[in-house]
Amino acid sequence: MKKNLPTFILGIVLLTGLVAPLATGASAPGFYIEVLLGGLMAGVLYSLVALGFALIFKASGVFNFAQGAMVLFAALAVARLAERMPLWVAMLLATAIMIVLAWLVERLVLRPLVNQEGVALLMATLGVSYFLDGFGQTVWGSDIYKIELGIAKEPVMILDQLFQGGILVNKEDFVATIAAAALVASLMLFFQKTATGRALRAVADDHQAAQSIGIPLNRIWVIVWSVAGIVALVAGVIWGSKLGVQFSLSQVALKALPVVILGGFTSVAGAIVGGLIIGVGEKMAEVFLGPVMVKAFDLAGGGIENWFAYVLALLFLLVRPEGLFGEKHIDRV
Amino acid sequence: MFYRENGQYKTTYAADQQMLPILQDRVFMAGLLVVAFVAVPFFASDYLFLSLLIPFLILTLAAIGLNLLVGYCGQISIGHAAFMAVGAYAAYNIALRIPQLNFLVVLVLAGLIAAAVGMLFGVPSLRIKGLYLAVATLAAQFFTDWLFARVKWFTDYASSGSVSTAPIVMFGWTIDTPVKKYCFLLAVLIVFTLIAKNLVRGHIGRAWMAMRDMDVAAEVIGIRPVYAKLSAFAVSSFYVGVAGALWGFMHLGSWEPLAFNLTLSLNLLFMIIIGGMGSLLGSYFGAAFIVMLPILLNQLPTLLGVPISTAMISHLELMIFGALIVFFLIVEPHGLARLWAVGKEKLRLWPFPH
Repeated sequence: MKKNLPTFILGIVLLTGLVAPLATGASAPGFYIEVLLGGLMAGVLYSLVALGFALIFKASGVFNFAQGAMVLFAALAVARLAERMPLWVAMLLATAIMIVLAWLVERLVLRPLVNQEGVALLMATLGVSYFLDGFGQTVWGSDIYKIELGIAKEPVMILDQLFQGGILVNKEDFVATIAAAALVASLMLFFQKTATGRALRAVADDHQAAQSIGIPLNRIWVIVWSVAGIVALVAGVIWGSKLGVQFSLSQVALKALPVVILGGFTSVAGAIVGGLIIGVGEKMAEVFLGPVMVKAFDLAGGGIENWFAYVLALLFLLVRPEGLFGEKHIDRV
Repeated sequence: MFYRENGQYKTTYAADQQMLPILQDRVFMAGLLVVAFVAVPFFASDYLFLSLLIPFLILTLAAIGLNLLVGYCGQISIGHAAFMAVGAYAAYNIALRIPQLNFLVVLVLAGLIAAAVGMLFGVPSLRIKGLYLAVATLAAQFFTDWLFARVKWFTDYASSGSVSTAPIVMFGWTIDTPVKKYCFLLAVLIVFTLIAKNLVRGHIGRAWMAMRDMDVAAEVIGIRPVYAKLSAFAVSSFYVGVAGALWGFMHLGSWEPLAFNLTLSLNLLFMIIIGGMGSLLGSYFGAAFIVMLPILLNQLPTLLGVPISTAMISHLELMIFGALIVFFLIVEPHGLARLWAVGKEKLRLWPFPH
């Protein structure tokens, strides 16, 4: 109990932050719920990117800094291909491209670096991310592109009989959430029910044991990177249709790092819960805490959502280094 | 043939412990210093100073700082530009509010402030390491980006959010021309390199390296991780803070909050990977490489007569950086410094094969 106390306190603080705007009457309930939903939507997207991180980290121990670049690359591919062909063909083609990419990364980067320390691998993925950023923009162009999913963008008013003014919700956001949920569900099925999925989990548990019972590590890595590529594709398409496909996408995707810290590196559930916490937390902080801080410290504008996630993750690391759902194996020194 | 240490006997402890034990190395270093201090100021053009030499000197200082932390102590940081920003803004504010202070004092104070901030963000390193620490340092990066953009006091309530510095006057000597800047920076860099060299070969540096190689074993033989890690963070941030102040005052002159962004952090990291982790010489090589590559890439198409758009060049730059990082990690994890050492070893034997 004593060890959990800091976690407990941090949880209380977070909860207070969540409830305070409503409890102190700082905002109307309708607006509050809108912000909450907006945060959840953003959180879903963070979760999707974080999912890619967690998958790769689990199976190959690589902290894949290039996940954001993969999201951008996939989104660019879909956006540009969709200009010439129907959307679903473009998505299929982009999927194929991501699989080829996964194979290339395994062949050219991971295999020569096998058995290196985690930090060297992290730097290698940094290199991959630079390369992908440059390559993607060389091949696909560097303007802002649009992905049209064919869903109405105008907001829908719901629950307007319950609150005054109702709640404005984007239909697109709902579709995005459902798509993300479907993706997570199918990933779960894939991991639990198929032979390949079982092999993946075996590799994640223990590389050497998995190899000794005949699981080909190299192929598993290709599969994991492909799955992460597909997850990146979905995240990229959803994000791209929301914000437009542009270079900043790969920067926004960096937010997935605090998400995996919060959720625990190796946990799929952690990636999702962490994403939601970060998404809601930073939206709440921006909308409700931001103005207070601007007034108190005489700031030149808000924008605390740029760092809120990272500082939250940092605090979390201090009280619970393994994250919410992570394995408790970190040797403390 | 000429590079042999045969017959150079060490008869005193001082001779045994000197930094360059081989006579030829000392001669080479002396020659290099003469070239750097005398020949270069006479012959180099202003363009060469402003676009190549001054950035090279400052970034080398920053790379040495980062190398002390990552290469020697094994604590990864992908947010070191944050401490450069702290140093730059600290120097700006000190110089603004206490104008009579000597610039050298301002530099040291800025470094100390950066060191304090670095230690603060280094505290998580006591509980976490490796990849987790990377995220903690990212927090430093994004937090300082925001801090200096939003808190008006730091930028002296400038409406645009950007700050500009006055020319530096020191002991009645105005450092305004590129040549003067170059000489001043070179002197600073040499002093800091000497300090770093002596730190890493003394007991502090050995504690850092023990921490890097195996933290548990280091603790067992009596090295306190708290002191080792936090001192590495402090010294590293001090160096980087001073480099940041110099970058602001000497290179940029006036800068906006995003001058010290994540890209700069990653570039610093690339410098030490390409140059060589855990090597001071490597910091020089890496900084030179990273400074020269974009300029080369910009010049090359015109030299070859192949027109490439500027956007294309910046994309190519990203691709080449990325590919080089992976290449170096695979082929030569110890970077250019290792290649240099191999070359020296070959030279000792030349012209014989063994």
